[in-house]
Amino acid sequence: MMKSRLYALALLATLAAPVAWAEDPAADAARWNDLRQALFANQALTPAKGQIALDAPDRAMDAALVPVTLTLDATLPVKTVYLVVDNNPSPLVGTFRFGPAAVPSQLKTRIRVDAYTHMHAIAETTDGRWFVTERYIKAAGGCSAPATKDAQLAMERLGQMRLKTVSDGPAGLPQGAVTVQLLVSHPNYNGMQMNQVTRHYTPARYIRDVTVKSGEALVFQLEADISLSEDPAFTFSYRPQGPLAVTVRDSTDATFSHTFGEGGS
Amino acid sequence: MVRRTLIRAGLFLIAAAGVALPLSAWAGALVQVAAGVYVRPGALQDASAANDDAIANIGFIVGRDAVAVIDPGGSAGDGGRLRVAIRAVTPLPIRYLIYTHVHPDHVLGAVAFMQDHPEVVAHARFAAAWGERGAYYRQGLARVLGGDPAQAGDALPPTQAVDTTADIDLGGRVLHVLAYGAAHTDSDLTVYDDQTRTLWAGDLLFEDRVPALDGSLTGWLKVLGQLKALPAVRVVPGHGPAQLPWPVGAADEERYLATLCRDVRALLKKGGDIDSAATVAQSEKGRWKLFDAYNGRNAITAFKQLEWEDPS
Repeated sequence: MMKSRLYALALLATLAAPVAWAEDPAADAARWNDLRQALFANQALTPAKGQIALDAPDRAMDAALVPVTLTLDATLPVKTVYLVVDNNPSPLVGTFRFGPAAVPSQLKTRIRVDAYTHMHAIAETTDGRWFVTERYIKAAGGCSAPATKDAQLAMERLGQMRLKTVSDGPAGLPQGAVTVQLLVSHPNYNGMQMNQVTRHYTPARYIRDVTVKSGEALVFQLEADISLSEDPAFTFSYRPQGPLAVTVRDSTDATFSHTFGEGGS
Repeated sequence: MVRRTLIRAGLFLIAAAGVALPLSAWAGALVQVAAGVYVRPGALQDASAANDDAIANIGFIVGRDAVAVIDPGGSAGDGGRLRVAIRAVTPLPIRYLIYTHVHPDHVLGAVAFMQDHPEVVAHARFAAAWGERGAYYRQGLARVLGGDPAQAGDALPPTQAVDTTADIDLGGRVLHVLAYGAAHTDSDLTVYDDQTRTLWAGDLLFEDRVPALDGSLTGWLKVLGQLKALPAVRVVPGHGPAQLPWPVGAADEERYLATLCRDVRALLKKGGDIDSAATVAQSEKGRWKLFDAYNGRNAITAFKQLEWEDPS
C-alpha cells in the first residue's frame, strides 16, 4: 500500500494541476483511471450496489470542511475502507482499517476539497472482494484556502479530544453496539499556504495516524494524509470492550493520547 | 445638491486619474460623516470585475499635520481611486495606513500608497495571518478581475504591530487604535476618533450585508459588547452605510450573531451534526443581502467552534 501510494504521488506530480472550476468528464475519467491503477492496480473494483455508499453535499459551503458519510452494508465483512478525492493534491484522503471491536456500518468525517472533483470510496472485505462507489462534488480551494479561524486557539488546544455519544446513529446495529463521535483538535496544516513575505509555505503539520481501541481490541486505525479538515471529526460504531483509547500521531511525530471511560468522558 | 456635486467631483477625479473603472463603484463617492472623517461606502456585493472589489467601506481621517487611511481598498484600482480622492480633499501627507483586519477587500489597495511610505498599522496577528492567506487572496481576486495579479493589488507589510492599543497622532487629533482577540477574524482592530466620537469598526460591524464569520462567534459577541461601551456617537461599519448611530447601530448584527449562536447550540444539544448546520438562523433570511451565500458557511464555522464547548 505504501509503495503504491508513492507511485500515486509521483504520478500526480507529472499531471497538470487540476483546474479548479472546470468540469471535464474525459479528464476526470482519465484521472480516476490513473489513480485506480496507482492505488489498486491488482484489484478488480466492482461497482457497488449497496455494499458501500458515499454521501456528501453536492456543493460544499466550506471547501475546507466538507462533511462526508460512508455507509457500509452491515452484513459485509469489511476490512478496509479507502476514501479518494480525485482532484486533491494528495488524493488518498484516508485508509480506515477496522479491528475486531468495530461495527463497520457507518463512518463520518470532514475533509478538504481543492477542486470540483469526483470522490471515490472503496471497500475491501476480509474475503478479498472490492467494491467502489463514486460521487461528484462542487467545492474549490479547500486545500490552499486559509482554514484556521483562530491561530492562537489552534495551538493552545492542539491534541485535545472530545468524545460524544451519538443517539441517532445508523439503524440496525447489533445489540450492545454504540455510535460515538470523536473530535480531535489539530490545525492540520497541509503546507499549502504560502507566506508571501518569506516565500515559504506554512510548515505542514497534519495528522498521519489515528488508532482507536476499546479495551485491548482495535476499533479502527486510520492512515491519513493532508486532506482531513482542521480539527477532524470521526463518527463510528463499535462494541465496547472497555475504555476507548485514542492515539493520534501527526507528521511531526508528536503523539496525543486520550482514554475515555465507559461513560464517554 | 451637495451630493450631486460630490458625484460630479468623483467623476472628474476618475477622469483625471486616467483609471479605467466602473463608475458605479465610485458613484456617490466620499461621504464626510464627521469633521475630517471621510468614508467611501462599498458595494453590497461580492467581488467582481464590474465592481473592482470596491465592496468594503474604506476611507480616511484628516488631522492638522497628516492623513490616516483606514483600510486602503480592495484592489490596486480601488486604492488608487481612494488616493486620488484624498488628494482632492487635502494635500497633507498620507502618513498612516491602518488595516482593520486581514481580509482582501480591505487591504489589497495598499499598494497604491507605496509612494507615500506610510507607517502601516495592523493587529499583531496580521503579518502571520496575511502570510498564510495573502497569496491565496491575490490569486483569487486576480482570477475574478481577469487574470492580472497587478490589478489585484497587494498589502504593504505592517510597520507597527498593535497587540492591545496604540495612539496615532495626526497633529491635534489622536486616533486610538484598539486590537481584539479572535472575533470577525483573528486580526481585528478598531479606530476611535475622540474629537468627533467616531468609532471605525471595520468588519466588526456589518449592516445590510450579512456578517461573515471567520474568527470566533463568541469572541465576536463579546467584542461587540465592548464596542457598545465606548462613548462613540457614530460608527463606520465595514460593510453597509457610511455611518450608523452608536450604539444602536449594533442591534441588527448582534441579533444575527446571537441567533446563530443560539440555533447552533440548540442543534448541538439535540445531537445534530455539522451536515445539518446550514439549517440554522433561517429567521434572519430576508433581512440581509447575500444571506444564502454566507449563512451556511457561518453556521459551519460556528458549529465547529461551539462543538468544543462544555455541554450546559
